[in-house]
Amino acid sequence: MARIYIFKRFERFWHWEQAALIILMLLTGFEIHGSYALVGWEKAANLHTTAAWTLICLWLFAIFWHFTTGEWKQYIPTTRNVLAVASYYTVGIFTGAPHPFRVTRLSKHNPLQRLAYLMVKLFINPLIWVSGLLYLYYNELGASKLAAGLELGSIALVHTAAAFMMLAFLIGHAYLTTTGHTPFAHIKAMITGWEDQDEPVTIQEPGARS
Amino acid sequence: MRAGLCTMTVMTTLLVGAAAHGAPDPESAKLLKSTSDHAKFKVLEQDFKTGPEVTKACLSCHTEAAKQLHLTQHWTWEFLNPDGQRLGKKHVINNFCTSVASNYASCTTCHIGYGWKDDKFDFTSQVNVDCLICHDSTGNYRKQPGLAGNVVTQPMEIPPGSGIRVKPIDLKKIAQAVAKTSRDNCGACHFFGGGGDGVKHGDMDSSLASPDKALDVHMDATGNNFACATCHMTEGHQVPGSRYAPTAQDKGGAHLRGKEYTTNPTTCQSCHGQAPHKANAKLNDHTGKVACQTCHIPSYARGGIATKMSWDWSTAGKMGPDGKPLIRKDAKGHVIYTAAKGDFVLGENVVPDYMWFNGKVKYTLFGDKVDKGEQPTLINHFEGSASDGKSLIWPVKVMRGKQAYDPVNKTLAVLHMAGNDDTAFWTNFNWERAVAVGMASVGAPFSGKVDFLATESTWPITHMVAPAKDALRCRDCHASGGRLEKVPGIYIPGRASDHAGWLDAAGWAIAVLAMLGVLVHGAGRVIVSRRNK
Repeated sequence: MARIYIFKRFERFWHWEQAALIILMLLTGFEIHGSYALVGWEKAANLHTTAAWTLICLWLFAIFWHFTTGEWKQYIPTTRNVLAVASYYTVGIFTGAPHPFRVTRLSKHNPLQRLAYLMVKLFINPLIWVSGLLYLYYNELGASKLAAGLELGSIALVHTAAAFMMLAFLIGHAYLTTTGHTPFAHIKAMITGWEDQDEPVTIQEPGARS
Repeated sequence: MRAGLCTMTVMTTLLVGAAAHGAPDPESAKLLKSTSDHAKFKVLEQDFKTGPEVTKACLSCHTEAAKQLHLTQHWTWEFLNPDGQRLGKKHVINNFCTSVASNYASCTTCHIGYGWKDDKFDFTSQVNVDCLICHDSTGNYRKQPGLAGNVVTQPMEIPPGSGIRVKPIDLKKIAQAVAKTSRDNCGACHFFGGGGDGVKHGDMDSSLASPDKALDVHMDATGNNFACATCHMTEGHQVPGSRYAPTAQDKGGAHLRGKEYTTNPTTCQSCHGQAPHKANAKLNDHTGKVACQTCHIPSYARGGIATKMSWDWSTAGKMGPDGKPLIRKDAKGHVIYTAAKGDFVLGENVVPDYMWFNGKVKYTLFGDKVDKGEQPTLINHFEGSASDGKSLIWPVKVMRGKQAYDPVNKTLAVLHMAGNDDTAFWTNFNWERAVAVGMASVGAPFSGKVDFLATESTWPITHMVAPAKDALRCRDCHASGGRLEKVPGIYIPGRASDHAGWLDAAGWAIAVLAMLGVLVHGAGRVIVSRRNK
């Protein structure tokens, strides 16, 4: 079985820190919203705010990284093979058909992943960023009269809606990590960086460790 | 080396100099703060026979004092509301003992004057100003009820026929020991508003005479030890901070020495400014919507003295089996019924009500049309809203009552309660006669019929400020069913009634469906892989 070094160190760090922060923010966020009591409102609010700033920092680094490494191209959407991949997850996965997409260094996301991640990056994340910052700085906003008539309730509504979208994404994403050739293959790859390949890969990574 | 020595010398000089300046010698520390010792004044070396005689002596030095007092609400018991309503004790009706009119001699026990026994009182008299009620430092100066604010200088039986002998007070000693006002002076009346300790306000009672830190962080007798006047910074006898003209929202900063201010010096902000929270700056974001008092006075009547929460006059007048006026007490020994006053509900450690308040208060006065209805009649009404830009969320005490009115003329009744005559309610327990005399005293028509209607009055809660550690926590309001549950017009994170129900329903439905989806999909994969083995 061949191995391919697919997730670099920063990428892995970024992914897991982001995952932890998003889970923390979902947990504390819905407590602030009033859906349940877990760590207490004050602690939840403080944790949520700290996590938000940490995630914003991380995102700034990640954006810089994506552009300087050219990795942003991994998220360019494509319609090629979308239907094939979709049909794999709905039918093929049960009949033992091979995955129609082969991971390479230059194309590590299948067309469905590309679309899903792009939606997170271009729609859900900005929605959370903008509504979250408006929420946090609502007083300054009110004082500046920049957003006269923008009610805190409307800001909270958008922020909550985006949080539900993120929650739905998280559930689907976490499940789909188990659909590799073994249930933990993808998770292992995200931890070590190395992805096992069923067949010899076409592009061998020059600097790959073994 | 030389430079080093030189530095040392300078430092030593500085240190010694600083020490000498910082710690005054014990002798000078003993110096009186005041430049005069009233015990040495010739004019006070007399055996005063009456209160006004003392005042005359005071005025011989403090020539302008009485004129200053004549301008105050303390003297006139009058306040002109910005909307034109004539307010003040002299005019308003409340749902405690209801009104001053026709009960002067009793009520004016708490007037800063001598002899206001009826509506003929001379408000221009200088000698009738009572200096001692505010400046006594002996604690022995008392104004006995029923004497129209006069003091007892001869042995007397009060009330007449009661057999209770009251000893005269030594006006000379008291006059020679006058001082700045203290909590006891103000408290002599303000702690006892509504006819007894803590009855009216809920945030003012005799526990504030010597409170601990937990009860009042500012007046803490062993700590900050504020007098009332520390906040109610009085100049020329004009006391700021009346609840008739409250400052609901102070947008100014902390007052600095040497600057002229026209704003109320009694507000929290006049010392603490607009951003007083240092440890958690997010708390400062609350000050544009929430009065300081809302979080920092977690409950009122905290000093062990109960306040009256409701008062039902309609049940008054019951006699006990012995034929004497009935009195009932609760398990704690608090009086909850008297024939003279009816039924009470008392409260301690009461969580306030909360409402938007912009400083404007509208009153229901004598002659205003009132009637029984679904809602109680509002004796006074705090105006304000989330959107007027002038309101903050304030803690208030809502006093509920049932009081007499004329059901034909549809006006609140003026009650003649106190007095040694055959019409006063407290002597004869006859409503029709008491109301007839009361109404006649203000020249109001009376149909001869008395009925009772539900009333509410609202009182701002602003004293008994707790230490920061006892302030409300986030969850007290950021929750469903929290303290601000009923406050409208504002989005409070954590309060479910502010949520868009459809969004929460849809959001959780999608999350649950996603979970079900992956579970079904996963189960399918497990089944297929088992079959293939």
